[in-house]
Order: sequence, then C-alpha cells, then structure tokens
Amino acid sequence: MIRLDRVSKTFPGQTTPAVAELSFDIDEGEIVVLVGPSGCGKTTTLKMINRLVEATSGTISVAGTDITSVPAPVLRQGIGYVIQRIGLFPHRTIAENIATVPALLGWEKDRINQRVDELIVLVGLTPEMKTRYPAELSGGQQQRVGVARALAADPPVLLMDEPFGAVDPIVRGRLQEELLDLQRRVHKTIVFVTHDIDEAIKLGDRVAILNVGGILEQYASPAEILRSPANRFVEEFLGEDRSLKRLSLTPISDVDLVAGPIVEPTATRGDVEATMKEHGVDWVGVGTDGRLHGWVWGEDVTGTAGDLEPRPFSVRLSADRSLREALDSVVSSHTGVAIVDDGDRYLGMLSIEEISRHLIE
Amino acid sequence: MIVAQADGDPFVRWDWIWGHLDLVWEKVLEHLVLTGIALGIGLTVALLLSALALRFRKTYAPITWVTGIAYSIPSLALFAFLVPITGFTILTAEIGLVSYTLLILIRNVVAGIDGVDPAIKEAATGMGYTRRRLFFQIELPLALPVIIAGLRIAGVTTIGLVTVTALIGQGGVGFFILRGLNRFFSTEIVLGTMLSVILAVAVDLSLLGLERILTPWSKRTGSAT
Ligand SMILES: Nc1ncnc2c1ncn2[C@@H]1O[C@H](COP(=O)(O)OP(=O)(O)OP(=O)(O)O)[C@@H](O)[C@H]1O
Ligand SMILES: [Mg+2]
Repeated sequence: MIRLDRVSKTFPGQTTPAVAELSFDIDEGEIVVLVGPSGCGKTTTLKMINRLVEATSGTISVAGTDITSVPAPVLRQGIGYVIQRIGLFPHRTIAENIATVPALLGWEKDRINQRVDELIVLVGLTPEMKTRYPAELSGGQQQRVGVARALAADPPVLLMDEPFGAVDPIVRGRLQEELLDLQRRVHKTIVFVTHDIDEAIKLGDRVAILNVGGILEQYASPAEILRSPANRFVEEFLGEDRSLKRLSLTPISDVDLVAGPIVEPTATRGDVEATMKEHGVDWVGVGTDGRLHGWVWGEDVTGTAGDLEPRPFSVRLSADRSLREALDSVVSSHTGVAIVDDGDRYLGMLSIEEISRHLIE
Repeated sequence: MIVAQADGDPFVRWDWIWGHLDLVWEKVLEHLVLTGIALGIGLTVALLLSALALRFRKTYAPITWVTGIAYSIPSLALFAFLVPITGFTILTAEIGLVSYTLLILIRNVVAGIDGVDPAIKEAATGMGYTRRRLFFQIELPLALPVIIAGLRIAGVTTIGLVTVTALIGQGGVGFFILRGLNRFFSTEIVLGTMLSVILAVAVDLSLLGLERILTPWSKRTGSAT
C-alpha cells in the first residue's frame, strides 16, 4: 500500500542526511509503527509520505501511485494526518473541525452532517460536544477529535505522529485500546510514529526500529523482534525487560494449562494430603462440575474439604489475557498460581515454572 | 494657548450648543466618515502589504521602515507638504490619515499571523489546505484579536488626527476647535474637544464589540489561542 524505495532526506544546510536510503513496504490494512530514539528521523519519514517534507532522493508510492505525480494538497486530502499537538482549529466547532477535509472536498451539507455524527460516535465522543469549541474539551477528548478529523473523508491511509504523546499514561492506554478497536472496524493502513517501544509493541502489526540518521535496524512483527533482535542496537533499545515484553504479547491460550491440585468438596483429609504431595503444595483448590469455588489450606481440613468456607482466588483470568498478566497474578497470590476460567468454567492454572518455560523456548 | 474670553460670557454656553445641534451632528458624521474611510483603506493596504511581508520576509523590514517614517512625520508638516499637490481636499486628509494607520496595522497583522500556533498550520497543510486557503480560512481568523487590537489603536489615533485636518478644510469636530480658536469662543473649543474624546471612546468600544462578535470561540473561554 505504501512503498518507500531508497528514500533520503538531507535538510538544507546540513551535511548528514536525516534519513538515508530508507526502503520498506507497508501492506494494506496493517499498522506499522516507526520507533527509535529522538532525532532518528521518524517524523521526517512520516512527513515525506504526505510531502510536508519533500524527499531529496528516492521514490515513495501510495496505492501504486508515485506521490509526486499529484499536487500535494490533493495527495494530502486523501491521507489522514494526526499529530501530537493535535492542531485542532480553535475558531471552529468540533463538528466543523471534523468536517474539515469533507468540506475541502466539497461534499454536500447533508452528507457532511451525517458523516460527522457517525464519527463522533465512532471515536467515543457525545453528540452534544459537536457545537463546542476545542478549548472546551479535555486533552483526551481533543485527541479523539483529531482522530475523527483524520478519518472524516475515509482515507485508506492514516499517518499518526506521536498522537498520544501529550496525554497522561492512563488516558494514553485507553486511547491505544480504542485505536486497536477502531482499526478492527475501519481497516486502515496506519503509519504510527512513537518513541515508546511499549506503545510500538502494543499497537504494531509490524515495527520499524530506526537508528539516528534514519537507518532501519529491524523491520518485523513485535514478537519476531522480541524473540530475535537483529543486533545490539535493537537489543538495547528493547531494554532489559525484553522477556516481560514478550510475555505481554503471548495470550494464555498459547500455553497448555494444567488442572492443578484440585479436589472435590467430598475429599477427605487423606485425599487432600495425597493431592498436595503430588503437586508439592500446601493448599488445594475445591471444585466440582467444572467450577472452581476457591481454595483452602490443607492443614485446616479435618472432615472433608467441603466443610470449610473456600477462600476466593484473588484474580481469575480469561484465556485471551496475556502471560504477563498471568505472571502478575502468580506473584501476587497466596497460592502461587494464576487461575484461568472463562467467567464460569474452570479451564486450568498456570504456575511460574510453566510461564518461564514458555520464555526459554 | 490662553483662550481669551469675551466679557461676561460663561466658559461654556449650553444655549449655543443647543442652538447648533444640526451642525454638531453634521460634523460628528463627517468625523466618523473621515475615520471610517481612513481605517478601511488603511486596513486594506495593511493587509496587502502584510501578505507581501509574510510571503517574502525580506520585504518586512523595508515596509516597516517606510511606514515608520510616515508615522513619525508631524501631522501638520505632512498636511502642509501635501496641500500644494492635492489641495484642500478630502484626498489630502485621507492620504495623511491612512499613512498614520499603516505602521500599527501592519505590525499587528504580521504579529497576529505569526502568532498562530504552528501545530494548527501544520495540521491544516497536512490535511490539504492550499497556501491561500490557509491564509484566509485559518491564519486570518485566528489573528483577528491581534488585528482588531491594532485597529483600536489606529482608530483612536485617527479620531484625534482628524481634528487636525480642520486646518485643510476637513476636520469633523475639529472644525469647532479651529473656529473657536479664531473667534476666541471657548464654547466651541470645549465642544470640539469633548466630542473628539467621546468619539474616540465610542470607536474603541465598538471595535471591542466587533471583536467579541467576530471571535465567538474566544468569548466563551476567555482566551484566543
Ligand atoms: N525542518 C528541519 N530543518 C532542519 N533539520 C531538521 C528539520 N526537521 C528535522 N530536522 C533534523 O532531522 C533529524 C530528524 O528529525 P525528526 O524530526 O525526523 O526526528 P524524530 O525521530 O521525529 O525525533 P523525535 O522523537 O524527537 O520527534 C533531526 O536531527 C532534526 O534535527
Ligand atoms: Mg518526531
């Protein structure tokens, strides 16, 4: 969908290029994240795609067309653009801001209004905000308007330059989730710039790691990059907690769960002791009919396990959560395991050994 | 200057003013028309020169230099210089008046447009605004508060200067001041001065009101980013 072919940019008055001989392809419908240290040429690369920066050499094509073959304003009207400082027009209402590109394209009023209404809902704003001015919204809300504005004319390609950089971590996390959710519905080709590797891993179908001078160090899926970093630079950029990052990419359903030390409520002290010995633990889970009620300390059992009020497991995870979350629940529980269920039916448990085995593989 | 009083006359003769309301009204209107024309032409010329200065940065220094000189010439001298060329006409008056507005207006237009947040311009350009559309639809409206601030200063200055044009047969309410001085009639001098002050305040407040109407986005939040 987007192809960069030996693209370079040297700014006037500089001797070293900001981006040098950069080539890569972006497929239709994927999110590619450009990530790298400050000043490595991420923004320059992004801006060359909508010609806010003109490449010094090399060619860029979008949907098979060389971007220099159309007038820049026409090219830009067909590419959504979101920047960190948002750049909403303060003198226009939210509805007018969202309608920017449709208005430039000369859409009819009814069509514009309908589209604005659609987008307001799509990005999670409320219709009463339409008549407000940007200064009357919170930072997170403004950023949503920025995304809605970029999507307004339904461009196939979206360029986003640190769009969530200016909001606090909690809002950022939510905006990231929303973007992924949105992408499942709109299927855009998105080029996303960030200097936050965690954001890159979370959002990217593929991640391009750039080094200073616009040198592409590795271009692969987040899992591939975490599993086998191409070189020292990538390894260092990923940081010490690379393994943990890998865990956050792996869903629980990828590993085999074990049933664990579980007994029926009718189990006697002897049954309980046998189960505990088998698993090397001092507690047992109590369950029946595919449900897990809770757990008890083995030494508390005098009659049957069901005589005692079972203690609840503090966290129960569904199988689509990540191993990273499972690990969190393991280290914060009395029992040292993560309980996995589908909200109702008990699926199994994960121990720290199981999780680390997965890492070493 | 000491104003001589005709014997027995009070400082202000209200009956005289009441008796000449028609003339007062005529001169006030003339004053406003002279001011309005000067501001209108001044703003138009200033916008054109500012557009030039913004497009070609090198022209900004010479433009402010020339308009700065015009601004610093004493008004009496300027009119005295123009009269042999253009006579005792409204044209002479307006040439003088317009040239006094230019420096203030150009400075404010350029500062106003330079002050527009670069992120806004980048977003607009990135969405496909042409240079011209960006100027008229984004930069100019966002610069309005600063431009109108300049217009208010220019307006108040012009109201004062119009009275001077009485010397070349124009002058709005300056007519009363000049005639009062010639006839040693304090009522007319006071009348002319008071009217000039009132007009200045009125013009200033109307422009402030205009700003409120034209920039509804800054009204509700109290800021004009
Ligand atoms: N307009 C410009 N004129 C001159 N040099 C520039 C210009 N824009 C960027 N550069 C230089 O090009 C290099 C790459 O800049 P760029 O903005 O692409 O970095 P970045 O990866 O986006 O960094 P950051 O994470 O800090 O945003 C930097 O060394 C920068 O100083
Ligand atoms: Mg950048």
